[in-house]
Formats: sequence, structure tokens, C-alpha cells
Amino acid sequence: MAKTHITTTVNGDEYEGLAAPGQSLLSFIRDDLFMTGTKEGCGTGDCGACSIMLDGRLTCACLVMAVEADGADIETIEGMAQGNELHPLQRKFLEHNGSQCGICTPGFLVTAKALLDKNPNPTETEWRFWLAGNLCRCTGYDKIIRAVMDAAEEMRGN
Amino acid sequence: MPDDSFDQRYIPKEHRFVGTTPIKQDGTDKVTGRAVFGADTHLPGMLVGKVLRSPHAHAEIISIDTSKAETVKGVKAVCTSADFPDIGNGMFADISTNCMARGKALYDGHAVAAVAATSEAAAKEALKLIDVEYKVLPHVIDAKEAAAKDAPILHPGRRPKGMEIDYDTNITERGEWKMGDVEAGFAEADFIVEDEYVTQPMHQGYIEPQACVANYTEDGQAELWTCTQSPWVFRLRMSEILKMEVSRIKVTPSELGGAFGGKTSFYADPLAVVLSRKAQRPVKIVLTRGEVLRSTGPVSGIHTRVKIGMTKDGKFTAAEGEVYMQSGAFAGAGLVNALTGMLCRYSTPNVHTFGFEVASNRPKVNAFRAPNVPQTCFAVEGVIDTLSKQSGIDPLDLRLKNAAAEGFKNLHGETFGPIGFVDVIEAAKKHPQYSAPLGPNQGRGVAAGFWFNRGGETTASVNLSSDGTVNVMLGTPDVAGSRISMSLMVAEELGIDPGRVRTRLADTSALGYNHSSAGSRVTFSSGLAVIECTRKCIATVCKRAADTWGIDADSVAYEDGVVRPAGANAGDFEPLTLADICGKAASQGGAIAGHAEIVAKGAGPGFAIHICDIDVDPQTGFTKILRYAVIEDCGKAIHPHQVEGQYQGAAVQGIGWALNEEYIYNDKGVMENPSFLDYRMPVASDLPMIDAVIIEVPNPNHPYGVRGVGEVPLTPTMAAVGNAIGNAIGVRPKSLPMSPPKLLKLMEENELPVAAE
Repeated sequence: MAKTHITTTVNGDEYEGLAAPGQSLLSFIRDDLFMTGTKEGCGTGDCGACSIMLDGRLTCACLVMAVEADGADIETIEGMAQGNELHPLQRKFLEHNGSQCGICTPGFLVTAKALLDKNPNPTETEWRFWLAGNLCRCTGYDKIIRAVMDAAEEMRGN
Repeated sequence: MPDDSFDQRYIPKEHRFVGTTPIKQDGTDKVTGRAVFGADTHLPGMLVGKVLRSPHAHAEIISIDTSKAETVKGVKAVCTSADFPDIGNGMFADISTNCMARGKALYDGHAVAAVAATSEAAAKEALKLIDVEYKVLPHVIDAKEAAAKDAPILHPGRRPKGMEIDYDTNITERGEWKMGDVEAGFAEADFIVEDEYVTQPMHQGYIEPQACVANYTEDGQAELWTCTQSPWVFRLRMSEILKMEVSRIKVTPSELGGAFGGKTSFYADPLAVVLSRKAQRPVKIVLTRGEVLRSTGPVSGIHTRVKIGMTKDGKFTAAEGEVYMQSGAFAGAGLVNALTGMLCRYSTPNVHTFGFEVASNRPKVNAFRAPNVPQTCFAVEGVIDTLSKQSGIDPLDLRLKNAAAEGFKNLHGETFGPIGFVDVIEAAKKHPQYSAPLGPNQGRGVAAGFWFNRGGETTASVNLSSDGTVNVMLGTPDVAGSRISMSLMVAEELGIDPGRVRTRLADTSALGYNHSSAGSRVTFSSGLAVIECTRKCIATVCKRAADTWGIDADSVAYEDGVVRPAGANAGDFEPLTLADICGKAASQGGAIAGHAEIVAKGAGPGFAIHICDIDVDPQTGFTKILRYAVIEDCGKAIHPHQVEGQYQGAAVQGIGWALNEEYIYNDKGVMENPSFLDYRMPVASDLPMIDAVIIEVPNPNHPYGVRGVGEVPLTPTMAAVGNAIGNAIGVRPKSLPMSPPKLLKLMEENELPVAAE
């Protein structure tokens, strides 16, 4: 089967590529665009390591076909820092050691930012349920929760 | 001038950098997505490798026909066991056969063939066209059933280690350890409790599936980029199973996306090398989550019988333990850890342990955080809680009365040096959670845990740059913040800011042999190595300064990055900084570096108490963790945030093991839950914050007192959760997972209304 030409915007830049039949958006981002910050932990939407923003909506890139991303606006972890300035979530992950092995970290950061975009002051319980789709096997979540709560507080200007 | 012979003894002193929490140097790459993990390497011309796996738990492979697959457009190589040298019997042969089935498929998911193609679609298409003729054989999953005389035999003709028998068996090893007189000990006891407990195998659950890229070139060299805890072990094993010279293989470790013991063995890596050899192109293999769960090793599930005798005043007089360990399809599950690690934290004078490893039609087990001790703790600490109830002695007091301390010679013949078991129990008694009020349907459990902590073969190098900044090469992949810990120790030795020290991971051609990042050995062993390297650098720096000044090398003093004339020459010359001396290296004998090649010895054992408060819903049997505290002696926390993260993460893994995680096999021996949806690991909403309490009883055999961190905190977890549930519902569950249907059944069987504490 022939591949399909697609055009997507990723972190503000336009990319063209050929999506293979059956190819996931995750594979397209990683293997065709070489943006390997978006991770694959399961390929079935269960671990959240491939979390991206797709047209403003938090999405597991492994559950979307690459062809579906034609004309879409995508944000990945690579677009989170502004120049040399880390996003507060990224900084707080570093300060609290919210990232141990780091494989789940991009997914957690993208997911956490999606919550802060609509709720600047989540409770601990809201955080825990919002992040329940992201698996971490290293931290026990303690330092991740502290990091995102601290980042939210800083972003509220406290 | 400092003595350059290495003294690893602990020296009590104030530290400037050790014990602080700077941001780890590999952190920025991890929060920006730049860090290169196993699946993130791309090479020009790289092919996609895919593996065909047995759909049967146990089957003879009559034939494999790959001819149709080879004709698929884009397919560049196909391999089967015929492409692997037959290396006879023994450990390396088993490793080879586990990576690629030879003659028989021994478990659902066992690799039988692999292909490399220019696209994933072509590779998948080719897999469908490989024609494997199987003769399905009877299978066995459970270890105790597999040990029975009439069980289907995985390896006919093999005889177990440690047993004289003349018939085929799945038992692969028997072990036994004895100390004192157990019968006499039980005769002295006022209380005797004996019980059997069952734990299920648990997968390490790293979020990063195994991934590698192999590049075998025409000159007979192989390079491998892979996620591994064990670059040198991988290289050695690869050389043995592919009959290659060791130094023709180069293994470069990627960032490790979680490992916990599970990346001490390889699976698809040799397949990638063979495919690359056949295709003369780089080959990448990334396992799917389903492949990870079906074919890579969990840790053993263990049937444990424990019997402990105790006097009225709470002293253990004798203890006996028996285990049946499931080792998966091949021998070698670490029986010795279970037999020597299960009881040695208690100063019981009369101890007898024995047990069996048993092969069955499941993936070969692999290491996982203190392999085989957590399972036995689930049993031992359950029996101790029963003794506590029978005698009315507080559970922590009972453990305190029997805690091993310095001078106790344990079952495995080691006499403990200064250890922190008593310290952690006393800290636990004072912890506010231990006296916090509990509501209806709630329970509190405590349990103690232990791990030996290991040393072993280790190398490192430290190189000073012309500006006095420092590069450290580390041979033990970073599983838990070891790069920043090494930088802190080197900075402490040199007395310079840790920001001027950068630690990176070496490939196997850059340093001598390193044993795995395993056994909680890295901060201890590699710590000793980098300290030795640094002290050699300092000795050279001092000599260069002395030569510059034309005075004796022992007439200079080094402190905080500066060399000064000392003694009779004090004040005679302007001090020289590291940058001054390193900048003149070219005219003074060359670059300043230190290297160390050691077999690290003297890692101090670690102990922990966990306190777990839970709530059991009497309607559903659902257990909620309310509060959880980990109190552990790590010797010295070089970077306390990293240590806390280990305590917390291990405890949560144990909570998953306790409450949810299990392998579900159908009647054909096929795993029915090979996904993260159905193999249910803990998520953020399952948990409270985990209180991590660091106790520091220095190890006398490390300059900063380091013991080890990462394995002890898994050991007591299931026991603490189990004891808490027992106290909430009135009967202690004896098998894992303690899932809602099992707890409901337990409550019904025992006609237990859920009682208030």
C-alpha cells in the first residue's frame, strides 16, 4: 500500500512526511521526524509515556494514526522549554528529583501542563487522578506530585 | 603530601558536598526529551528487527520454514537457532536457548525466529510467513506442581544441583543452610507458629521496553547500543554464545528507562547482532510491552513455609524455612538469597533453611530488587506478627528483642559489623505514624526487611582537564542517580564545587570489566573506585607542584583545589590551583588522571522497617493505602533526594506486588494479561505521599560510610501491607496479590465482619 503525504505543525514548525499505512503518530514523530522525546512504553495507551498535545487536546500518540495528523497542530516535550528557559514544571521536576530514570518524564510534563492550562490550582487529589494515566515505576509518584504542585504554586505567582 | 595507597576506611568528618542535593547533571536532558534511551538510537541504513514467538507454553519445534519470509520485499535477514552456534550445555547455552528456542519452545512468548527488514510492515509480514511446525506438549506453570514426579519435564536428562536422584525432574537445585540445633531450639519454645505463604512472580515493570541497535561489520566487529545494567556482562555473554572474541564486541549503554534487575540479562540483543551479521546493516529491535511481559524475566514466585519458636519473653529460640521457587524455563533463580536472606536479620541461634528451585513453562526469572528476599519476608514477617499477637508483645518491640546487631554470626557465616537494624526499629517506634489513630476497617502493619548489599568487580577513571575541571568515567550504568553521587564524592575529595565535576557512562572499550549495576553495589563499589582515582590525581597534582617549587613531594599540602607548600617550606611559594597545575600538564609529564580497578569488598548490609496504614472496604475488599513510612539505614545518603526516591519507589512497587500485580495464565499456559491495562501497576491516584526516613549508621568500609540503598526498601513491603490488612480484617492473607476478590473470599471463609481496630 502506498504511503500518504501529510503535513503537520510540531512545536510551531511545519513538517511534511509520508505516513505508512498502519503507522502510529508516535512512530511518525519518533522514527520519521526523529523527535525521540516522546516515548513508547506500551503502544496501547496504558502508560502515558507518549503524551502529546494534538490540536490542543492531551493525547496518547500511540493511539493515533499518523495519517490522522495531517493538518494537525502538535506539541511535544521538545517544545516545552522556551529557548534556554525551562518551563517551571521542568525546573520543579529537577529541583524535586521528580525524574528518576526519566523515561516517563516527558509524558508526565506534557500531561501536567495540560492540566495547568485549564486549572491553575489543582488539589493533590486532582493531580493524582489527572496523572493516573501516566505510569512511573521509579518514584512512587511522591516527588512528581510535589514537583507539579510546587510548579503550579510558582506559576500562580506565590 | 597525601598517601596515594588507597584506604577505604570510614572517616567521620563534616562534609561540604556529600549529603547535599544539587540537581543531577543528567536531569536537564531528561526533562527536555533529549536523553537517549534504548529505542532512541538511529543509525544510517538501519533495519527493523522483529521476533516470532511461540504461541505455546511447551512444544517441540518439528521444523521452521523461513523460505517464504525471505522472499518478502524489504526483508534482509531471517534467523533461527540454526544461526546460533551450538555451545553444548551449561549457563551460557541456557542463555542462548532462552534468547532463541532450540528444539523446544519452553514458554508462551519464547523466541523461535527473527527477521530484519527495511520497514516494520515488511518485518511483520515476513513473521506471518514463517512456517513453524509444533508438536504441543503438556505444560506446567506452578512451581510446586512442577516439582511433582509426574509433572511434564522441561529438560529431560538434566539433574538438579545439590541432589542425588536418578530420574527426570523439573527441580533444578536444592539448597540447605543450618546453624545450631533447631530441634533443641523448638523444645525450649513457649510459642511455636508455623505457616505457609505464597507469592506470585512479579515483573520489574520498567516503563522502557528492552531496545537495542546492533551493527555487525564486515571486519567481524560488533557494536551494540542497548539499555542495560550490565554492559560488560552483556559483552561477555555475547562473546560466549556467538563465539566471538570479547574485544571485538563493544557495548554502549543508553539511558536506562527503569531496570530494577530486569536489565541484567539480555533477550533480543544477540538476535539483533546475528541479524546484522547476516544483513550487513545495523538492526534495531524494540520489544513491545506484550513481548516484555511474555518473555522477559519476572522475579520468582515463592511458596514459603516458616516455623519460628519463641519464649514467653519474646526471644526466638529456633527458626525453620522451606521454599519452593519458580525459576521459569531455566535453572538459576538465586535460591541462596532466599535461604540466607530470609531470617538472618534476627539473632536466632538455631536456624535451618532449605529449598528448591523448580523449572516450569514460564519466562526465565530475572533479578529484581533484593531478589527472593521480599517473598520470604512476606512469610517470615507474617509469622512474627502472629507471634506478636499470641504473646501480646508489641510488633516492633518483638522485632527489637530479636534484632541482629554487631557481632552476630548469621546463617551464611558472616559476622555482622556495625549495622543499623536496632536503629531503624527504634526510629520506627518514635515515628508519628506508629501512634496515629485508626478508624473502623483500618489496620496498621509493620515489617522488617534486609538486603546484603554487594561489592564486586569495578573500574573507573577520573581525568583532570586543563582548566582543573573533572571528567569521571563510570562503568556501572546509572540506575538511580549514581552519576550525581559519583560527582559529589569526587568533588568532596577534591574540595571543589560539584558543578566542576561531570560523570559520564563508559562503553565497554573505555574501561576494564565492571560487574552489573545490581545488588545495591554502585554507590559503594563505584564510589570506592572513583575515590581511589581521585586520590591518585591529587597525589600527582601534589608532586607536580612540588617539582615546580623544587621541594620534596611530602612538603606540600592539598586542600580545596589548591596546593600549598607545607612544613618547613610553608609560605615560601604562591599556592597553585588545580587549573594552574593542570594547565601545565603538557610540559610536566602529560595529563593528570587516575584509574582504579578493584574488587570491592565490605559493603555493609542494610535494614528497614516499613509502617503501613490501610483501609479495607468491607463491601468490595478493596484496600486503600492511607499512610506509608519507610525507615531505612543506607549508611550514608550521598544525595538524599536520590535515596528518598529509591525508598519511595521501591515501597510503591511492593504495594503493587502486594495488592494487584500477577500473571494470569489460561489452561493452555498462555499469559492472558500481557499489557499495562491488565497487569495493573500502581498509579498516582492509588497512593498517598510516602514518608522516607533516612537513618545513617556508617559502613566502616567506605570513606563516607555508604552501604547501599535501592533493594532493602522493597523487602518488607508486602509483609507490611499484609500485616496491616490482617489487623484490619482480623485474618492475615497468606497469598499474593491481596486483591479485592481474594480479600472478600478470605473474609467470607473466616466469617469475619470487618472489625474496628
